[in-house]
Amino acid sequence: MQELLSYSAVELGRLLRKGELSVKEATEAALSAIERRQSGNNAFITVTGEQALAQAEQAQRRLLAGEDIGPLTGVPAAIKDNICTLGVKTTCASKIMGDFLPPYQATVMEKLEGAGAVSLGKLNMDEFAMGSTTETSFYGATKNPWDLSRVPGGSSGGAAAAVAARECWYALGSDTGGSIRQPASYCGVTGMKPTYGAVSRYGLIAYASSLDQIGPLARTAEDCAAILDVIMGKDKRDGTSLDAPCGGLLAGLNPDLTGKTVGIPVDCFEDGLDPDVRERVLSVADVLKGRGAKVEEFRLPVMQYVVPTYYIIAAAEASSNLSRFDGVKYGWRASGYEDLTDLYCKTRTEGFGSEVKRRILLGTFVLSSGYYDAFYRKALQVKHVIKSAFDDAFTKYDLILMPVAPTTAPRLGESLSDPLKMYLSDIYTVSVNLAGLPGLSMPCGFDRQGLPVGAQLIGPALGEQAILNAAYAYQQDTDYHKQAPVAAEGGERA
Amino acid sequence: MNITTELVDYVSELSRLKLPEEEKASMTAQLEQIIGYMDVLNTLDTSDIEPMSHTFPVKNVLREDEVEVFPNRDGLLAGAPAHDEEAFFVPKTVD
Repeated sequence: MQELLSYSAVELGRLLRKGELSVKEATEAALSAIERRQSGNNAFITVTGEQALAQAEQAQRRLLAGEDIGPLTGVPAAIKDNICTLGVKTTCASKIMGDFLPPYQATVMEKLEGAGAVSLGKLNMDEFAMGSTTETSFYGATKNPWDLSRVPGGSSGGAAAAVAARECWYALGSDTGGSIRQPASYCGVTGMKPTYGAVSRYGLIAYASSLDQIGPLARTAEDCAAILDVIMGKDKRDGTSLDAPCGGLLAGLNPDLTGKTVGIPVDCFEDGLDPDVRERVLSVADVLKGRGAKVEEFRLPVMQYVVPTYYIIAAAEASSNLSRFDGVKYGWRASGYEDLTDLYCKTRTEGFGSEVKRRILLGTFVLSSGYYDAFYRKALQVKHVIKSAFDDAFTKYDLILMPVAPTTAPRLGESLSDPLKMYLSDIYTVSVNLAGLPGLSMPCGFDRQGLPVGAQLIGPALGEQAILNAAYAYQQDTDYHKQAPVAAEGGERA
Repeated sequence: MNITTELVDYVSELSRLKLPEEEKASMTAQLEQIIGYMDVLNTLDTSDIEPMSHTFPVKNVLREDEVEVFPNRDGLLAGAPAHDEEAFFVPKTVD
């Protein structure tokens, strides 16, 4: 039998349903992989071994009872630490959260439970999901399993690293400006940010509410389809969740791309893009053509405005959302304060890290009297222009193909010293959040240093199936998504 | 745009943050760089464009206003740094 941990989630689910191995065996294999690799890559903040084994037993019972609860029953997963898990410490990788034990379950966790999932624990991330490297975590940086001297990307860096290092079969992350797609790209896994509103945000600790979306990081597009089938859907507890048809993505996968048109925005392949990344991403077009798609180039000049627009809106919403962390209702409280205001100030100043404080200050500035119109209102206008540009593109194309990030994974410590440079590296991902669109990142080869490169497929709102079909087709013809870092293959360097 | 330490002090106060002096200097420089870069938006004429808050026209999501008792009140309170069985504790706010 193939090494257990190298199966995709859907493949593992099939074996479990056939009874070829037990949920307990799969869970123990994952827990043992975590134990061996955690000290190297620091992908997890909390490992919930006991709970996982209890859930494994429950899932096994449901399987034995012949209960049909879907393709992921008993498949062990891990969860980004900004998703509330009832009674399991949820930190957002921040000191200010202390040992917060959520008194309720996020909607996605309820849905996973219903589908018989086993949860292995909580994954490292940039503090409050603010960052592109998973270095701003209060719990220490996560490292890229392909090269432990490099970042895994961020903010869902723990999720991407854990899936890449074969510590779990899939993970749930969140994506506000690329936080699923960019780490997926740096770590060589498949990650998808669904349409805004497709997945309930109830229980996701908010960063920028108009942009945040939960989504899967996994081995294959097929896995992503199966996970989305479980987690998508209208939720009365999230007023922005969409009342749209959901489910059936896995069953609907179709690798025939005949009649589909893929647009390539040439603006995304010009200056600032690493030549290896450019070459690999453009090579995806050839594979898609081989499956019947037509590929055309077009111009998307709004790309030059996406980063400033994103950072104004995201920081503004963050400054408002994070005002709830004040040392009163949950988490950590500073000591030695004089009065209530001092308690707020001290707790927030000592409890938040630098990047979070930078974004709170930036957000407060763009919303403050005298600057609101010039910055925040302007950004909302430009957001409208960006959304319209994508709407126009999707009258001509079924999908857009572009890079995920300008480079492969940078070295640890290279990015934090220059925040603006780090923000600029989000150029290819943030527009998708601003326009509310679904986007997927999939492995499309390696650069000359052997680091994974990701390609991004973007679709119109609720165009998840079209994106997954193209990625599924690509993964039928290539095996980049099956490559694993040496350390995960059994060598124990990680 | 020139970002002064006075402006950073003002915004910090609004944010309930109190940066130590050494952090304030670097933060001021970084904010000036970031805000300066945002100027690129002013090269785009948006005088006829409506600001867009929501990408999708989801409006008036209403439901019955029914009281639901949260089943885990103890759990809610237990997360607070200082509390008893029914309240969060804070320093005295009014004399």
